[in-house]
Amino acid sequence: MNIIDMTATELSAAIRAGQTTAVEATEAMLARIEEQDKIYNCYVTVDKEGALVQAKEVQVKIEAGELTGPLAGVPVAIKDNMCTEGMLTTCSSKILGNFVPTYTAEAVLNLKKAGAVILGKTNMDEFAMGSTTETSAYGVTRNPWNTEHVPGGSSGGSAAAVAAEECYYALGSDTGGSIRQPASYCGMVGMKPTYGTVSRYGLIAYGSSLDQIGPLTKDVTDCAAVLEAIASHDEKDSTSVERQDTDFTSALVDDVKGMRIGIPNDYFGDGLDEEVRAAVLKAAEELERKGAVVERFDLSLVEYAIPTYYTIAAAEASSNLERFDGIKYGYRTKDYNGLHNMYKKSRSEGFGEEVKRRIMLGSFVLSSGYYDAYYLKALRVKALIKKAFDEAFAKYDVILGPVAPTTAPKLGSSLSDPIKMYLGDIYTIAVNLAGLPGISLPCGIDKNGLPIGLQLIGDCFQEKKLIQTAYAYEQVRGKFGLAAHGAEREQRGQNTAEQEGQCNE
Amino acid sequence: MANIISDETIEYVGILAKLELSDVEKEQAKSDMGRMLDYIDKLGELDTTSVEPMSHVFPVQNVFREDIVTNSNTREELLTNAPEQKDGMFMVPKTV
Repeated sequence: MNIIDMTATELSAAIRAGQTTAVEATEAMLARIEEQDKIYNCYVTVDKEGALVQAKEVQVKIEAGELTGPLAGVPVAIKDNMCTEGMLTTCSSKILGNFVPTYTAEAVLNLKKAGAVILGKTNMDEFAMGSTTETSAYGVTRNPWNTEHVPGGSSGGSAAAVAAEECYYALGSDTGGSIRQPASYCGMVGMKPTYGTVSRYGLIAYGSSLDQIGPLTKDVTDCAAVLEAIASHDEKDSTSVERQDTDFTSALVDDVKGMRIGIPNDYFGDGLDEEVRAAVLKAAEELERKGAVVERFDLSLVEYAIPTYYTIAAAEASSNLERFDGIKYGYRTKDYNGLHNMYKKSRSEGFGEEVKRRIMLGSFVLSSGYYDAYYLKALRVKALIKKAFDEAFAKYDVILGPVAPTTAPKLGSSLSDPIKMYLGDIYTIAVNLAGLPGISLPCGIDKNGLPIGLQLIGDCFQEKKLIQTAYAYEQVRGKFGLAAHGAEREQRGQNTAEQEGQCNE
Repeated sequence: MANIISDETIEYVGILAKLELSDVEKEQAKSDMGRMLDYIDKLGELDTTSVEPMSHVFPVQNVFREDIVTNSNTREELLTNAPEQKDGMFMVPKTV
C-alpha cells in the first residue's frame, strides 16, 4: 500500500482501519522532505522531533477511539504567518527571523483538536506580500511541476508542499488570492472562505479586512473536511462570524442540476492566456452537461479591483506592521543612535523591498491631505464592487472563471515590474474586497505541462454551493495527477506531467 | 508619469513609515510610488459622491465582552523574544 499518494481523508480512513499509522505517515512525509526539499524549498522550518511525538500521541488517541474525525493522524504543513507555540514563525521575513510565539493560532489549534500532526512551517512571500514566493527572506520556493517556474504566492510553500507530497494538506492565507493562485499554479484545490469564517487569531496580520485562512488540499473532499475543522466562532477575533452551517462535508454531492452559474465576460478579456481560457470554458461546458444553467453576464468594475485593493491593503499593512519596532520581538539593528534611529534602522534592515514599498504607499495614502482622495475613495469603490457582486448573486449561485490570466510564470520574471505582477491578481482580488468565498481547482494542463486553475466564486456564506459544484466537476474531470508523479516520471526519462495530469474525458 | 513625488514627500512618508531609505532607495521609492499612484488614480473615473465608504463587508458592530482576565501571565515567555530585557521589562535605548 502506497500511503504517500493518499489524500488526507483516505489516509485517516486507512489509519482508523489499522492499515497504517500516524507515525508511519509522518515518517514517510519527513523522509520526502529530507529527500526533495533542498530542491523545492517548501519549508522554512521542519519540526522533525515534534512531529514524531505528536504522531505517537495522536495514534494512541485514535486507537483508544478518542479521535475519530477525518483528519486524525494526518500530517499537515502550516504557512509561516500563523503562530505556533514554541515553533519558529518568521513570516518569511528577516525581521521575525528568531520569533518563537508563546501561543498557537486558533485555526491551527482547531486542527490539533482534530488530530493533525504538524510537520512544520511553509515558505511564503514576505508578510504575504507577493504572488510568487520569491520575496521570502529564506529563498524562493520552486514549483514541483517544473522547478524553473514559481509556485505562485503568497502561500507558495504550502501549495508546493502538497503538490510535492511533502504533506497531505496545508493551511494558507488569502488576502488577494494568496491561496487560490498558488493552488492553481501547483494543480491543487485551494479555498478562501467567507470573511470571518476562520478565526484570524494568531495569523500575523497583513490586510486585516481582507485576510482569511483556508485549506490547500489534493481534492475537494479534503478541502471540505479541512474547512469544516478550522471554521469556528472565536471571541478572540472581533470579526469572527457565528455560523451554524459549517458542516461543509455535507455538500460533497455530485449534483449540479439547476445550479445557476454565471460567467463574467469581463474575466475573459485581454491578457487571458488562450489555453487557460479554453480549459476554463471547457469546465463550464462539463457543468452545463451535468445540468447546470450556464450564462454569460457583465460583472462590471473588474478593472477597478486592483487599484482599490492595493490602496486598502497597503494602508492596512502600514498600520499592522508598525508593531515591528525592534523592542518586543524580532530583529534589532546593531548600531543606532537613540530610540527613533533604532526603530528606523531595525525596520529598514529587517523588511524586504516589497514590504517597504507597500508600507511607504500605505503611509502615504493614509497621510493627512491624501486620506480622503486615496483611502476613503478606495473604500467607496469597494462598496460599489460589493454591490456589483450582490447584483450578480441575485441571478446566479456561482460565478465561474479563471484563477489567474496565465499558468505559473518562470522564476525571476515577475518582480521587476510590480504593477505587471499585481495585474496577475485581477480575477482573485475582488473576492477579498467583497468578503466572498472562492475555490480554485485544477481543470487542465497547458502545453508546457503546467496546471490550469478554475475558480468558482460564491455569495457570502455559500461555501456549500462552491463545494458541491467543485465536487461535481471533479467527478466528471477525474483524478488530477500530482506534480510529484510527473517529476518522477520525468526522472525515468519519459514524458512529463502531461499524461498523469490530463483530465479524463 | 502624472504623479511626481518630491524629495520632501518621500522624506515625510519615511518619517510616517519609520523607514530609513538610502539615496538609491529613495529614488526607487519616488518612481514606484508615482507609478502606483498613477495607477490608483484610475479610481477617479468613478463617481462615488453618494457612496458611503465601506470598511467592513458585514454590518458588524463593536464586539464587547466582560473585562475578565482569561489568559495566564506569560511575561517570562514573552520576554524571551525581546532583543534586550532587564528586570522583567523590555529594554529600549536611552530616550532622555
